[in-house]
Amino acid sequence: MRQVSAPRRDPAPSRWSYRLHRLWLTPLFRVLLRTGLPAFCLVFAVGVWMSDQGRRDDLRATVLELRRSIQERPEFMVRLMAVEGASAELDGDIREIVPVDFPISSFDLDLEEMRQTITGLDAVKSAQLRIRPGGILSVEITERTPAIIWRGPSGLELLDGEGHRVGPLTGRAARPDLPVIAGQGADLHVAQALELVAAARPIAHRIRGLERMGERRWDVVLDRGQRILLPEDDPVPALERVIALDGAEDMLTRDLLAVDMRNSARPTLRLAPRAVEEYRRLQLIEAGATNG
Amino acid sequence: MTDLYQSQCAMRRMRKQAMDRGVIAILDVGTSKIACLVLRFDGTDRFRGADGVGSLAGQSSFRVIGAATTRSRGVRFGEIDAMNETERAIRTAVQAAQKMANVRVDHVIACLSGAAPRSYGLDGSVVLEDSMVSEQDIARALASCEMPDIGEGREVLHAQPVNFALDHRSGLNDPRGQIGNRLSVDMHLLSAEASALRNLLYCIKRCDLELAGVASSAYVSGISSLVEDEQELGAACVDLGGGTTGLSIFIKKHMIYADSVRLGGDHVTQDISKGLQVPLAVAERIKTFHGGVVATGMDDREMIEVGGDTGDYEHDRRSFSRAELIGIMRPRVEEILEDVRARLDAAGFEHLPSQQIVLTGGGSQIPGLDGLASRILGQQVRLGRPLRVQGLPQAATGPAFASAVGLCLFAAHPQDEWWDFDIPVERYPARSLKRAVRWFRDNW
Repeated sequence: MRQVSAPRRDPAPSRWSYRLHRLWLTPLFRVLLRTGLPAFCLVFAVGVWMSDQGRRDDLRATVLELRRSIQERPEFMVRLMAVEGASAELDGDIREIVPVDFPISSFDLDLEEMRQTITGLDAVKSAQLRIRPGGILSVEITERTPAIIWRGPSGLELLDGEGHRVGPLTGRAARPDLPVIAGQGADLHVAQALELVAAARPIAHRIRGLERMGERRWDVVLDRGQRILLPEDDPVPALERVIALDGAEDMLTRDLLAVDMRNSARPTLRLAPRAVEEYRRLQLIEAGATNG
Repeated sequence: MTDLYQSQCAMRRMRKQAMDRGVIAILDVGTSKIACLVLRFDGTDRFRGADGVGSLAGQSSFRVIGAATTRSRGVRFGEIDAMNETERAIRTAVQAAQKMANVRVDHVIACLSGAAPRSYGLDGSVVLEDSMVSEQDIARALASCEMPDIGEGREVLHAQPVNFALDHRSGLNDPRGQIGNRLSVDMHLLSAEASALRNLLYCIKRCDLELAGVASSAYVSGISSLVEDEQELGAACVDLGGGTTGLSIFIKKHMIYADSVRLGGDHVTQDISKGLQVPLAVAERIKTFHGGVVATGMDDREMIEVGGDTGDYEHDRRSFSRAELIGIMRPRVEEILEDVRARLDAAGFEHLPSQQIVLTGGGSQIPGLDGLASRILGQQVRLGRPLRVQGLPQAATGPAFASAVGLCLFAAHPQDEWWDFDIPVERYPARSLKRAVRWFRDNW
């Protein structure tokens, strides 16, 4: 009897397995299959999952909640605000314009915006805000120091050395130590005014203030209605000349109405009407004396 | 003739493409085995040193990255007999080689061992247009060779210019730029049966591969087994294959004759199978393990057991002496070698200055063959092994792989063939753009 045995296995690959093997050895195909296909599956699955509105909302809510829970950890909470370098009045103002309900998460504080708001206050020159460890919002203020009083269209106002408004002033008597300026455009030239005030120190007890005339030059107003009219250019040397004259000849104690220094080549004195009469009388006497 | 030119040029373009891609497969479809090697070319000039080193056939520029061998099926006498079977075997080999190389190969260079190759020597000569030899003159000289009648249903496999002569000076390798009046060329033309060639092409196409070149296996085993001075001085390479025995004659580094004898190792196996009444597989095994061609006294005592599974105890327990085996093998081997001798005589091998004969191929591994061959073929016989090629597995370095290794060298450095030269201008079609360009170049 003949043995029935399975025929020997054919070692040759079938056409299709041969082709698949060659396809698999194609570099582009391999790359596509190894990275392209998983990437596509992932994107497709995520896309399908996200196509439902309810799931999207759920996901957003979950993310927000998670974010909230992290932000509200005690490590990130700010409990109080410390204002440094501000007067009590300014402190109150700052607390008023920065309405923060403590405790609040530091993620919810917009420090830059708060800084802008605080710097927007007239009395504040600059402000630094930071959150100190321990949950303290620290506000470091550099205040403007009032240097001069401006009698402006809306009453007396305090200005700092750069002409920036510091605050209103109730009356001149509240700050007798500061000089006064007046006139339209005076607040724009505070620095020059301060120089003049400094130069006029020898006659400080007589100065009532400075007045800006015609938005271009200064008048120094003294008591007894006297004025020193200063030129547009180089007012300080002109003033110094007047003070020197005063020191030498007590010029300002005489009955003058104005010392006009506008033309430096020809300083002019304007006498008071009575002084003019007196002067004429004296001239007449002098003449009479000659007459007889 | 133009068809041939174009199809061969297309193959050259394929080869160029494969070189650009850097990977090419070579396929040796033989009667007993099908070998597939995958070559990687990493830049042609990477290892090229001085000119003297460059003559290692450029084999340093490639390495074998995949090799596979499979038992051949459906091939008889080096020709494809059962197309589907052969296609499967080719697929097996190619897939295994690709797997080892881990790259996909699209281009393949194949060799053809059977197909009744026939050699023709052609010569042609032209008078030069101006005194210096230009490419066009060479093309015209090649075109002036008279095409022999190669017969119905045959195709040109190789057409190599082997010698150029300028006036009275002969033996020029490269006459371009030399001064003379008359250029003549000798060409060696090898034709093969078109049907065998077409079957091979069809099989390769069925495996989704592109053919980038085809060569005669006698030629390529000559390239790999003959050393340089043998190729230079004149030698014959006898490739004892399974179904056919190819022989090629080289001189001055050119093949001048190739032929094949339709006898081979398979016939020896058949003789053993018939003589000892054993299956072919057993006969093949006995041949490879115990075969020989020179009997000694010792061989009478060396008994060989023959297994069997017929169930008949007497039949399955037979044994015979090695002397008997040699007695069966020797006449057939002698017959093969005598046929080879006849072909060599017909080719005029005895007129060559050196008559070295190199035996290679799987059949050359029979012990004692060199002694037998020197008695039949002449005194200068040696056994040849193919050149060493970088990256070739140890299992594929034997003489059975001479033609596979030769194909590697052929793929790396193909010899100039007739179709590597331009068509002479006169042969262009009348309205060809090339012709117009040519006219412009000549006149300005």
